[in-house]
Amino acid sequence: MSTTREILGFRREDDRVGVRNHVAILPVDDISNAAVEAVAAHVQGTLPIPHAYGRLQYGADLDLHFRTIIGVGANPNVAAAIVICIEEKWGRRVADGIAATGKPVELFSIEGNGDFETVRQASWAAQRFVQHATGQQRVSAELGELVFSIKCGESDTTTGLASCPAVGVAVDALVDAGATVLFGETPELTGGEHLIAERCATKEVRARFEELYRDYLKEIEDSGADLLGSQPTEGNIAGGLSTIEEKALGNIQKTGHRPIIGALAAAEAPSNGARGLYFMDSSSAAAEHITLMAAGGAVLHLFPTGQGNVIGNPIVPVIKVTANPNTARTMAEHIDLDVSGLLARDITLSQAGEQLMEVIFATANGRLTAAETLGHREFSLTRLYRSA
Amino acid sequence: MHKFLIHQRGDHVGVATSDIDAGENVVGIFMDDESMIEVTATGPIPLGHKVAVESVEVGARILKYGTPIGIASQQIQVGDYVHTHNLKSARW
Repeated sequence: MSTTREILGFRREDDRVGVRNHVAILPVDDISNAAVEAVAAHVQGTLPIPHAYGRLQYGADLDLHFRTIIGVGANPNVAAAIVICIEEKWGRRVADGIAATGKPVELFSIEGNGDFETVRQASWAAQRFVQHATGQQRVSAELGELVFSIKCGESDTTTGLASCPAVGVAVDALVDAGATVLFGETPELTGGEHLIAERCATKEVRARFEELYRDYLKEIEDSGADLLGSQPTEGNIAGGLSTIEEKALGNIQKTGHRPIIGALAAAEAPSNGARGLYFMDSSSAAAEHITLMAAGGAVLHLFPTGQGNVIGNPIVPVIKVTANPNTARTMAEHIDLDVSGLLARDITLSQAGEQLMEVIFATANGRLTAAETLGHREFSLTRLYRSA
Repeated sequence: MHKFLIHQRGDHVGVATSDIDAGENVVGIFMDDESMIEVTATGPIPLGHKVAVESVEVGARILKYGTPIGIASQQIQVGDYVHTHNLKSARW
């Protein structure tokens, strides 16, 4: 497997390496979206990331909100960040969190200034940041310096049969090259959670994983709801998946075979410098999941799909892999790699893994993914409960 | 030419890699040891859907990936289409 080649990426002030070079305009709260969009309309080369929340949240839900917005701003795919908020205090917390990486950050609060004055000031800063970012050059970096994330979507039986195992081959190769890979989808491990637990590197990691899994399942069970049609989804069922256990066992194929060295909270970045395969507590809903992974520091996402999920993310390129020949034909503009030859047995799993590594290198070096060319920028914050 | 794949020996179901017609005799390949099996489909099975390679009693676990994926809610015969009508989750 060709993992010794270097990639060309952007080395940030904290020494982490990104594969994109965004100037993010981040609202702390929903009512700052209009100002964010106005700045982005003034200054080309900026990336507005509007979202629906950030007011009257509290406790663990608020902590997750801050962790997610800070993590996204801090992500190595972001060269610099403008933070816009209504109230300065919460905005300061976000801006300081991002600034801890050493990258350029400026904060603007709307209260007492209004949208016009906020947009005027933020536009000057955004222009300066864009010229700073576009003056950066890509530099050689090791593949093993990157953080990847994985999640499949609109899964069917071809996902577990072929596209997830192909991603699993790449995940093993990436981990062996020293990279970090994040996976999650806590409830969607159901039926195979024992397989994940058995792969935890230490009993502490295993205990943490089992605690996160148990807590998430309790929420689902306490709801008393019938999840058939939600998880698995109607699309999964149309694709031939019958139960959550079957879906989970397919899902797990993409995690490869390496030990799991850490179990992270939602949106938590690995912090002790250890590289390898990590579990992150997260929903399987694609936009929420990849947003949490971006906050955890992932710079490139591998996404096996069966029936054809069209997801993208504002800051993380999403590479789509399908083994379903119908999807590869009918939704070709969304697919970065067609491994349907695995079903026909025209190619081997290791050949599919090699093909995926080539796509990973090309994407890391700057080639846009299908989702990027199509403008898919789904950004979705995970909520733990209602606002006060 | 195979028309379905089975993850491993001991599994009760395989996955159609092409659409299968009712009454069709089809060959499947076990992916762990490359051995082959032939079954007669008792109904149409679309690409990506499951065909039984073993009979399963009502209430018994159905294995795929060598791991239970649920419980048979109806008697299943070799060649039967297996999906939500005869396979239920043991979890939710």
